[in-house]
Amino acid sequence: MALNWFKFASPASFYPIAGRLVPVFWVLTLALLAVGLYWGFFQTADQLGGSNPQKEYYRIIFIHVPTAWMSMWLYMILVGWAAIGLVFNTRLSFMMANAVAPTGAIFTFLALWTGAFWGRPSWGTYWDWDPRLTSELALFFLYIGYIALHSAIDDTRRADRASALLAIVGLIMVPVIFWSINCPDPNQCAALHQRSNLMRIEGNILFSMLIMTLAFWMYSFATTFMRLRSIILTREAESAWVQDILTKEARA
Amino acid sequence: MSEFFSQGGFAFFVWGAYGMVAALLVIEILQLRAQRRTLLARLGRLSRMRDTGATE
Repeated sequence: MALNWFKFASPASFYPIAGRLVPVFWVLTLALLAVGLYWGFFQTADQLGGSNPQKEYYRIIFIHVPTAWMSMWLYMILVGWAAIGLVFNTRLSFMMANAVAPTGAIFTFLALWTGAFWGRPSWGTYWDWDPRLTSELALFFLYIGYIALHSAIDDTRRADRASALLAIVGLIMVPVIFWSINCPDPNQCAALHQRSNLMRIEGNILFSMLIMTLAFWMYSFATTFMRLRSIILTREAESAWVQDILTKEARA
Repeated sequence: MSEFFSQGGFAFFVWGAYGMVAALLVIEILQLRAQRRTLLARLGRLSRMRDTGATE
């Protein structure tokens, strides 16, 4: 392969790249948020009234589905970096996994919160021990467990390896969440959560939902890279290139 | 305008959901900025201490 990927796997070379990418991702986030929110609130009004029982609270879909997707997607990213770190023993991979976790936990909490605020007006309850809700809650605890286990072990490299294993074992929750709504027999598992079918959804709603997902994705890149830069500085504090940066910062 | 804010009587639920998303995302950004500032200050102090210590 002409391109040597391991060159970018060095924290010293990825630090400035991440720094240059952060503003790009912020611009993309803001632009996508503006389009997604405008479209969701003002171009889907024809969904109200008539025979449609949905009221204005359907607008929660534009943040509920994207946050829920991001919660699962970021967990897969976290596990991917943790696995790469374990296999290749690359420091940057573990730092990447570390940097993704808090953002993933926030999106998982937001998926549960926005779901509760949608469930109350439409189902009549904020919470139910439905398979989808329960498995999403378990994913939230996995994120918290990963972060807690990592911070509980003083030796960073051991913390990386132990928490990476926990994350990999927890990956089972993602397909569980994904298929938790496809309950074959309602008498065996009372699923309250709607099934999703992206083919049947109204075009404008789908468009806004996808744009909001992209916005949250770009947001995740921005916050992850910001956090990654702090993690790199903390862990590489003794190295010469960090000392150079500190001298430059002091002069500036 | 007030029609927009009332969301057909579901203002509490719609804005409660959107409000929490906005609040947490903004808090995360502020926390990351504060983290970077304190980290740079701490590392800078450490590196200056080392520099002055070497000359003594």
